[in-house]
Amino acid sequence: MKLDINGRAQEVDADPATPLLYVLREDLKLNGARFGCGLGQCGACTVLADGDAIFSCITPISVLAGRRITTLEGLGTLDKPGPMQRAFIELQAAQCGYCIPGMMMRAQALLERKPAASEAEIRSALQPNLCRCGTHIRIVRAALRAGELMRGKS
Amino acid sequence: MVNIPSVRWTAAGARAKKALLSGLRLFARVALAGGLIVLAGFSGCATRSALLPLEQPQRFPREQVTKGAELAHLGNCLGCHTTEGGKPYAGGTPIKTPFGTIYGTNITPDPDTGIGRWPLVAFSRAMREGVDREGRHLYPAFPYDHFTKVTDDDIAALYAFLMTREPVRQENRANRVPVPRAAVGLWKSRYFTPGVYQPDAARSAEWNRGAYLVQGLGHCGACHTPRNKLGAEEKDAAFAGGEVEGWHAPALNASSPSPVPWAADTLQSYLRRGIAEQHTVSAGPMQEVTHDLSHVSDEALRAIATYVVSLDTRSEEQRRRHAEAALERARKVKAIQGNAVYDGACADCHNRGRAEEGGALELPLGTALTIPTPRNLAYIIRDGIVPPEGERGSWMPAFAGMLTDEQLTDLLNYLRALSGEPAWPDVAREVRNISRGDQ
Repeated sequence: MKLDINGRAQEVDADPATPLLYVLREDLKLNGARFGCGLGQCGACTVLADGDAIFSCITPISVLAGRRITTLEGLGTLDKPGPMQRAFIELQAAQCGYCIPGMMMRAQALLERKPAASEAEIRSALQPNLCRCGTHIRIVRAALRAGELMRGKS
Repeated sequence: MVNIPSVRWTAAGARAKKALLSGLRLFARVALAGGLIVLAGFSGCATRSALLPLEQPQRFPREQVTKGAELAHLGNCLGCHTTEGGKPYAGGTPIKTPFGTIYGTNITPDPDTGIGRWPLVAFSRAMREGVDREGRHLYPAFPYDHFTKVTDDDIAALYAFLMTREPVRQENRANRVPVPRAAVGLWKSRYFTPGVYQPDAARSAEWNRGAYLVQGLGHCGACHTPRNKLGAEEKDAAFAGGEVEGWHAPALNASSPSPVPWAADTLQSYLRRGIAEQHTVSAGPMQEVTHDLSHVSDEALRAIATYVVSLDTRSEEQRRRHAEAALERARKVKAIQGNAVYDGACADCHNRGRAEEGGALELPLGTALTIPTPRNLAYIIRDGIVPPEGERGSWMPAFAGMLTDEQLTDLLNYLRALSGEPAWPDVAREVRNISRGDQ
């Protein structure tokens, strides 16, 4: 089947019940989304479908035909990082970094809808994502900063 | 230690008569609209006398406050009297009813915005008769039709508990209900029977204790009993299943939808833990109830479970046959494959068996599949099951954003078929209504 990933149509040959995460990492070599728990409980695998944050580890590809999927790679490149990535780099928001792609994607989903989201709204939106290092304070600051960058502040 | 000032009743006869007349005029309009013609029991329609406010702080024995704390959990007072993220018991919670939105009030001891100036008799009258300190009828969203059964001792303990909470200065929000308070007086004369719980001598002490808690402070029927057009519980359909905040509250009587009939032990454990592996995980409005009950004594939970299970009047033989059929169906479902959404999104946890880490409820046993409406299941799939902030509890991820309305409809129909029950009518319309945010 065909999947629209980061604006590109990708032909995928996999069982329709296969979780999107496996297709991303194994078939398409898009390794931004992480495998954490495989049960939708940690958020490391978060990507966007039509702008909504979803757990790619429990989303069978069969439901994604015609949907616009965005992964971490879709937010920018090494040479040209997007506002979310710039904010996380600027504030050095990663400790071990394993949860960070998921955090960025979930924050992105919120800020695309509401670039001026408050700290409380960011905290509430990020609830489903776990960080075992305890880097939450910097993650929240980075998400707030990303909102500023998206609103054109330098 | 207990120091409650004496209270006098203000006698304002003329004012009361005037209020009665205006109350009746207002009622006439409402009665016509509602088609209620019975004009029985004029007494009680009028506004009641105000009770003099307290002027001094009070002290209470510690044991009484402790007992009151447990009672507050049994009554799920926080459910309506605390907003998400708000101060405990400070009110402001919107309660949507078919008659408009009512806001839970501030029941902290703040003297100006809470109940700090309410003497015990005023608190007791509110609980037992649904009248506030100033003498106005309370809307029956405050379940005084249940609280009237509570004993003097328990009311005094609950009062002691509330009056020793942190006072919070927070004005009550104005209700948005087009029904005038005076009309509530007539509603009461028709549907409200005051009176403390009377034990049934033919039953055990434990059963009676359970009945007292369930019918009284626990006000389980407020959700689990269907209501008539005027919002009163249908007494002859007690515990036959009701609606609350868009959710279906399953029947607790012989028409219980639980594929495996409940046993008292299992129910007792469910009420504390919010999970019963062959029945359900508490979700929606029940979630805060089980969180509350996790703080309650085993003795109280045992009594509640004993009474509730006794409401299912089917024979042991019937119950056993139901259970066997359900367990057999669950065994078979694990072997079924072919629905890509179920196989990809649900099976990994739900086919794993509860004993395994991450293992979830086996779905053909879930009550959400067998109740008369797909709404509960749709809410659970969309929003997942998430414990209240900072609390422990069962977890299921939210699938909002993953499934389109059509895909959710297909999944609901597929899950319903797994339960062996006839298809739900018009699932697509229910899903559309839910995604529009219509509760």
